[in-house]
Amino acid sequence: MYPERFFIICACIAKKRLSVYSIRMAEKKFTVLDLLELDLQGHDAMNLKCIAGRRGLTRALTVPDINRPGLALSGFYDSFAYQRVQLFGRGEVPYLQKLHSEGKQDTIRKLLSFDIPCCVFTHNLEPTEEFRAAAEENNCALLQTNLESTDFSSRLLRVVANIFAPKKTMHGVLVEVYGVGILLTGHSGVGKSETALELVERGHRLVADDIVEIRCVNGNTVLGQGANTLISHHMEIRGLGIINVAQLYGVGAIRHQKEVQLVVYLEEWDSNKVYDRIGTDQNTVDLLGVKVPCLEIPVKPGRNLPIILEAAAMNERLKNMGYYSARDFNQNVLKWIETGEAQTAYYGSDDSY
Amino acid sequence: MIEKLLTVKNRAGIHARPAAIIAQTANKFTCEITLIRDDVTVNAKSIMGVITMAAGYNTTLTIQADGPDEKEAVAAIEKLFDSKFEEE
Repeated sequence: MYPERFFIICACIAKKRLSVYSIRMAEKKFTVLDLLELDLQGHDAMNLKCIAGRRGLTRALTVPDINRPGLALSGFYDSFAYQRVQLFGRGEVPYLQKLHSEGKQDTIRKLLSFDIPCCVFTHNLEPTEEFRAAAEENNCALLQTNLESTDFSSRLLRVVANIFAPKKTMHGVLVEVYGVGILLTGHSGVGKSETALELVERGHRLVADDIVEIRCVNGNTVLGQGANTLISHHMEIRGLGIINVAQLYGVGAIRHQKEVQLVVYLEEWDSNKVYDRIGTDQNTVDLLGVKVPCLEIPVKPGRNLPIILEAAAMNERLKNMGYYSARDFNQNVLKWIETGEAQTAYYGSDDSY
Repeated sequence: MIEKLLTVKNRAGIHARPAAIIAQTANKFTCEITLIRDDVTVNAKSIMGVITMAAGYNTTLTIQADGPDEKEAVAAIEKLFDSKFEEE
């Protein structure tokens, strides 16, 4: 008993306080102990506790999936998804008890000999004595929860999907304007932070300044948030230094995360460059495999950027509703030209009336 | 594009003041300068970015510079790291 407890205590002390959404996936492994330690509230809570095999708590979760090991328990191990978390619910536990009454322990031993991350017993069900013993022998952690299997599955999948989502940190400022998440990008000193500051003053919200961590969920949505919760809503303004937007403007001026729906690239006005003057083309930029609409806005002293960004946000909302202003304008112009041409077909220039 | 490994020699690590010095030095050059620590990539011209890296004593960072004056940029920043940001 002693070595186990000592080990767990050391692991807990060595671990730094981590919040769910700031765990780095690339370098650090996500272990079963991490899963137990996630501080989830309300309908995210998984109510897990470890009932056996504590030495297995250091095993890592590598795939965000769950497996119900019915086939494996009955002896079929081809394509056994052993990298997944194994779920034992009201279908599996009676089978374990049947195996216990028949004295057949081979399939259980073989199951636990694979390098599975952990086993979870739902509905507060208990494993059989032999299962417990085999788990202890193979150093596989047995966890128990009072949740129902389906409920537990969906909560676990939700949580690990977030943890295993592809992530990237970008340099820019993420703001929410009229409900549209805008990522401002551009060279240092072009005015991203100052523009964000004025947008906050006008009633919009700052999500993250300078370091935006984006992650792709569901393959078609990019969520952005500050990379670090402690310094997330601080902004650096040249001449002013570092200011805390949350304290200056209050909680109504900040947000913790927002979907990135528009990317705006700010650059110094280049007189040789051709800027989009019609707006019918939809330019997109690829973020973690998702195509996000993007705009290129030139910056010049005297240009009111926050107003331009507000208009861009509202235009983006219109486009999402199906109203493409520039395209409608062009079609109306075409109709106007057509009616002009139709008239000249009937009335020639030398007709007089 | 030049890449180089740098080590933090300050006892206190890179806190607000050294980060500001790095950002100010980086801003003097036109090339793109990024600092990489493990899997976090930050723009060296942004103070908040450099601070968020939370680079403590003896951390190794990679500096990448891409542009016309990349050599001078990397040399200048390496000099800062070596001089311990004029703190000790």
